[in-house]
Amino acid sequence: MKQLLVFVRKEFLHVLRDKRTLLILFGMPIMQILIFGFALTNEVKNAQVLIVDQAHDEDSRRIIEEIDASSYFDVSVVSVSTKDIAKAFQSNNARIALVFPVGFGEKLQHTRNAQLQIVADASDPNTATTLRFYLTTILADYQQQMSKGATPPMQISTSVRMLYNPQLRGAPNFVPGVIALVLMLVCVMMTSIAIVREKELGTMEILLVSPFKPLLVLLAKVIPYLILSLANVASILLLSTFVLDVPVQGSVLLLFAASAGFIVTCLSLGILISTVTDTQQAAMLVSMMGLLLPTILFSGFMFPIENMPLPLQLISNAVPAKWYYLIVKDIMIKGLGIEAIAKELAILTGMTLVLILVSLKKFKVRLT
Amino acid sequence: MRILLFLLQKEFKQIFRNRVILGMILVLPIIQLLVLPQAANYEVRNIALSIVDNDRTEASRRLVQKITASGYFKLDGYEDSYEHAQARIETDEVDIVLEIPQGFDRNLVRTNTATLLLAVNAINGTKAGLGTSYLSSIILEYNSGIRAQWATPPKFSDVAVVDIQTSNWFNPNMKYDMFMVPGILALLVTMVVTYLTALNIVKEKEVGTIEQINVTPIKKYQFILGKLIPFWILGLVVLTIGLLVSRLVYGIVPVGNIALIYLFVGVYLLCVLGLGLLISTFADTQQQAMFVAFFFMMIFIMLGGLFTSIDGMPDWAETVTRANPVRYFIDVMRMIVIKGSGFSDIRNHLLIVGGIAVVLNTWAIVNYRKTT
Repeated sequence: MKQLLVFVRKEFLHVLRDKRTLLILFGMPIMQILIFGFALTNEVKNAQVLIVDQAHDEDSRRIIEEIDASSYFDVSVVSVSTKDIAKAFQSNNARIALVFPVGFGEKLQHTRNAQLQIVADASDPNTATTLRFYLTTILADYQQQMSKGATPPMQISTSVRMLYNPQLRGAPNFVPGVIALVLMLVCVMMTSIAIVREKELGTMEILLVSPFKPLLVLLAKVIPYLILSLANVASILLLSTFVLDVPVQGSVLLLFAASAGFIVTCLSLGILISTVTDTQQAAMLVSMMGLLLPTILFSGFMFPIENMPLPLQLISNAVPAKWYYLIVKDIMIKGLGIEAIAKELAILTGMTLVLILVSLKKFKVRLT
Repeated sequence: MRILLFLLQKEFKQIFRNRVILGMILVLPIIQLLVLPQAANYEVRNIALSIVDNDRTEASRRLVQKITASGYFKLDGYEDSYEHAQARIETDEVDIVLEIPQGFDRNLVRTNTATLLLAVNAINGTKAGLGTSYLSSIILEYNSGIRAQWATPPKFSDVAVVDIQTSNWFNPNMKYDMFMVPGILALLVTMVVTYLTALNIVKEKEVGTIEQINVTPIKKYQFILGKLIPFWILGLVVLTIGLLVSRLVYGIVPVGNIALIYLFVGVYLLCVLGLGLLISTFADTQQQAMFVAFFFMMIFIMLGGLFTSIDGMPDWAETVTRANPVRYFIDVMRMIVIKGSGFSDIRNHLLIVGGIAVVLNTWAIVNYRKTT
């Protein structure tokens, strides 16, 4: 036991000595949380609208004022020619255009029926759809005002309740994803590189011939990373609670227990990679391409899994981070208990057992 | 000049000898361009919808039919109470619950109004927002449908009607590939060139061969040029492969001038090379270089407007993105490829990226020491 402690201390010194890497390990999640939390939103605001006003009357002027007053839009240019639309879109000076035809107000006042045209820059399809919807809503409001209190017959209204995330912020979706990503990075990539470095430098040989048991060598290697990861999880949760205002809705204890479980999965993956590679570069490439990329792609926090073609959806089931991401989302955002995450936990445990068995089998006490 | 040529020869030999690097240049971009646009599909379709129909009339059935016929929604099923439907949301099987109140049809006829309840799983903001927009539009359409059918309009009414026609330019079928592929290509070129430059120089440091070069009469600028020119050429090769893949696989033919793309990328690559060079002057080991490059890439990508629009960012973040070269590249690719923008539209982008390139390269050269 004392031997193990001495070894763990040695490993800790190794980790703490490389200040640059350490800075990035703790700095990266903090930057990510801040960027995800404050910079990335799905909301639309101040989108540039080009108005082509060929009517020049009271109604078109009032509608333009309404649009400009809304927080979604900024009226960038008022022009008279539809030719300007293409130019404005090509230079990114407008995202959407509204065309008032000649005699718009007159028709609206006299026949109570007039036409308008919306032209959207659909190079970004989702933004185009959202902007079109908001613009239509503003126009519908204006119609209501025009109707001077006369309600149209058979009016269906909708009341919308946004559950869990009423302001449609990005943070509740991203925080669990960032946790999964960072754990993957620290546990898999750092662990495998650290072990392979000893191989590459030849110091592994010295450790193996010492009276210290090979399995304990591995154990001593992974313990610092386990502690480092838990510290990382704690710092992310603190940031998310106090800075982003996304607190843990469920049990914090359960979240840490589940995280510890996932960390063990990652560490066993890291050990497995270190047993099959011989150079740091190879270990880096395997963890980067084989694990980090799939984690970003398939855990569901950046890219919606249900939109992917079936083969990719099937592959996503083999990515441990996907299951962990679901667990964190359930506990942290929805505040659900252990019964909701039983299935995911069982799958992760199964994966861990397989990984440990395989890496134990692959772990060679001899170098050649 | 002769010295530079020899250095270039050496670099190219080393690159072509290393299979990992060749794979990174040739195979990785192709695979990523094939997989990423499939995965990074933000087109919101197949929104899982659960319906609690407390009315059970002809009217409510027709509404449901209209919603499912739109193609945006996938009917998860009918639940007999809101609580049951909410349980489906908790397990992530349902995105939106539509509750039709009892007496929906009757109220609509008698009191002229009726209210529908939408409960949306809003953890994924994009999906919740777009899903609600789609559903509200369909309900509006349904509303005007029954109005036209059942309500007899008075001869002269105060109700004003504005007919809105909409058209979508540049991408009339609203294909998401069209939007993502040029952006992802920009990302690939940036990543490959940054990593290769940063790792290449640090490797010479780590292995110790840089000392040998340092003691030769090779000048600082010759060494740096010898390192940068090969990767500048490789960057253009990756771009060409990417453009070919997007043409062959996704059928995306740039609307604008291809020469303009190459002109911009030629300048942009100087900027990326400068970044790689700068990272390599700060890092001592390949592992460090890798982590530092990863860190900056992550920030550049997130603030590059690839996934979420820059317009929606708060003002301070928008200001930060102005210093982000990746943002300009993604912008320019999308402008030229999708919209056919011309030189005058991208002139500012070109100038800014050129400026960033000068700053980064100067910094890197000042920071680079022949002696350790």
